[in-house]
Amino acid sequence: MIPLTIRGVEKTFVLHVQGGARLPVLQGVSLAVGERECVVLADPSGSGKSTLLRSVYGNYKPQAGEILVRHAGEVVDMVSASPRVVLDVRRRTVGYVSQFLRVIPRVPVVDVVSEPLRAQGMDREEARRRARAMLDRLRIPERLWPLSPVTFSGGEQQRVNIARVFVAQYPVLLLDEPTAALDAEARMVVLELIEEARTQGAAVLATVHDPLSRARIATRTSTLEEMAA
Amino acid sequence: MSTSSLDRPLLSVRGLSKRFGAQVGCLDVGFDLWPGEVLGVVGESGSGKTTVLACLAGSVEPTAGTAKFRTRDDTVVDVLRLAEPARRRLLRTDWGIVHQNPRDGLRMSVTAGANVGERLMAVGVRHYGRIRQTALDWLTTVEIDTDRVDDLPANLSGGMQQRLQIARNLVTSPRLVLMDEPTGGLDVSVQARLLDLLRGLVAELGLSAIVVTHDLAVVRLLAHRLLVMRRGEVVESGLTDQVLDDPQHAYTQLLVSSVLHP
Repeated sequence: MIPLTIRGVEKTFVLHVQGGARLPVLQGVSLAVGERECVVLADPSGSGKSTLLRSVYGNYKPQAGEILVRHAGEVVDMVSASPRVVLDVRRRTVGYVSQFLRVIPRVPVVDVVSEPLRAQGMDREEARRRARAMLDRLRIPERLWPLSPVTFSGGEQQRVNIARVFVAQYPVLLLDEPTAALDAEARMVVLELIEEARTQGAAVLATVHDPLSRARIATRTSTLEEMAA
Repeated sequence: MSTSSLDRPLLSVRGLSKRFGAQVGCLDVGFDLWPGEVLGVVGESGSGKTTVLACLAGSVEPTAGTAKFRTRDDTVVDVLRLAEPARRRLLRTDWGIVHQNPRDGLRMSVTAGANVGERLMAVGVRHYGRIRQTALDWLTTVEIDTDRVDDLPANLSGGMQQRLQIARNLVTSPRLVLMDEPTGGLDVSVQARLLDLLRGLVAELGLSAIVVTHDLAVVRLLAHRLLVMRRGEVVESGLTDQVLDDPQHAYTQLLVSSVLHP
C-alpha cells in the first residue's frame, strides 16, 4: 500500500443559494503518490487543483470516488471516513499547507507552530524547541516569535503556515502554492524543506506555478485532465 | 487504545424530541460525543439548538429520546431519566454548565473566590486553606488577578464574569461541559481572549464539550464537529471545517454565505 491513492474522485459544487447552479470541478480524477515522490499538478488556475488537495485533506466532500491514505498501518478512505478518523489522520499522517493562515488571535507564533507536535503528544518544551528551530530556519525574526501572526505580512504568514506543517514530519504532504508569497531567499529554504521531507520518505502532492520551483521539487508533473483520462 | 474508554462515546443522544404543545422545540436529534471532543451546535434563533441543551441540562423535560452518559465508574446512565438527586449530583460533579449570561451561572451575592470554592465544597472538600488556594489557582488560570478574589462578581467586567463562571465550572474537573453562547454579549477583543482560553483548557484537560452558538467563527475555532439545526431538526453534521467550507444543505449554505468576513 502506497501513502496516497486517489481513485475516480468526482466533485461538483451545488450552489443552492444561487438557484441550484452546478459547478463540476473534478471528474473521475485518479492518481497515486508513492514514498519519496513529489507530484506537482500543472493545471492553470481555476481548474480544481486546490479542490483536489482539500478533498484529500477531508475539507471538501467529493460525491464519488475514493481517497485512500495509509494511516497508522491501516488504509483510510478520506471520502467516507468519520470526522474522528479524519482528525486523527490530520494529526498524525497528512499535513496541508493552505494559501491562508487561520489562527486564533492572541496565540504567539511559537505556540501556533508547536501545536501540531503537542497534538502528537510531545511535551511542551521539546515542541517549542523544535518550533523555534523551524522558525529560525524559515528566517522568521526572533522578535516576532512571542507575537500572534494575525498582523504579520503575507509572506511571514505563509512561512508560519509552512513551519507548522514541516515541523511535524507528516508522511503525506499537501502543498497549495507553498512558495507563492515568498522572496527568493525564503523560497529556497522552503524548496529545501520539501526536498528533505521527500527524500526522508514523504509522499508530496503539490501545486506550484513558478516553473523553477516546480523543476526543483517535482519527481513527476501531472494534470487533472490527464488524470481523468 | 482499543479497550480504553476513549474508544467509546461519553454521551450518546438518540431521538431527542421536545414539543411545546403543537410547537416543535427539537425533533429526533441524535449524536455521539467522544472523550476530548467539542461538538458545536449552530443555527439561527428558534432552530432548537438551545432546547437540545436545555433538555440535556435538565431544565426542560424532553417529550422523547435517550441521552446515555458514561460515568466515571464506567456505568451508563440515561440522564433524561435520572431521579432528581442523582441528576443534581451529576451536574455538580461530572458536568459543567456555562450560561450565556454569567449572572445565571454565578452566585452574585458571594465573592469571586467563594464562587469557585463553593463548587469544591459541594463535592466534599472541607479544608479551608486548600479551597482558597485552589480558587486562587483557578482565578490565575482564567486570567483574573488574584487580588480580585474577594470582589463580588458584580464588580468584575463582563469578560471577567464569564471567565469566573468557567473557573467555577471547571474546578471540580467535570468530564462534560455544556456551553450556551459562551462568547455572546462580550466585546470582540474579549471574545478572542475567552476563545483562546477555552480552547487551551479543553485541550489540556481533555474535556468534552457541547457549544451552542449562532456564531460560526466561534465554532470554527472551538469545535471538532458540527450539527447544523433548523426548525428543530439536524439538517447537516460533520467535521467543522468541512461543513463550513463545503456545506451540502441549502440552509447551511445560506448560513455560511450570510456571514460577513472583515
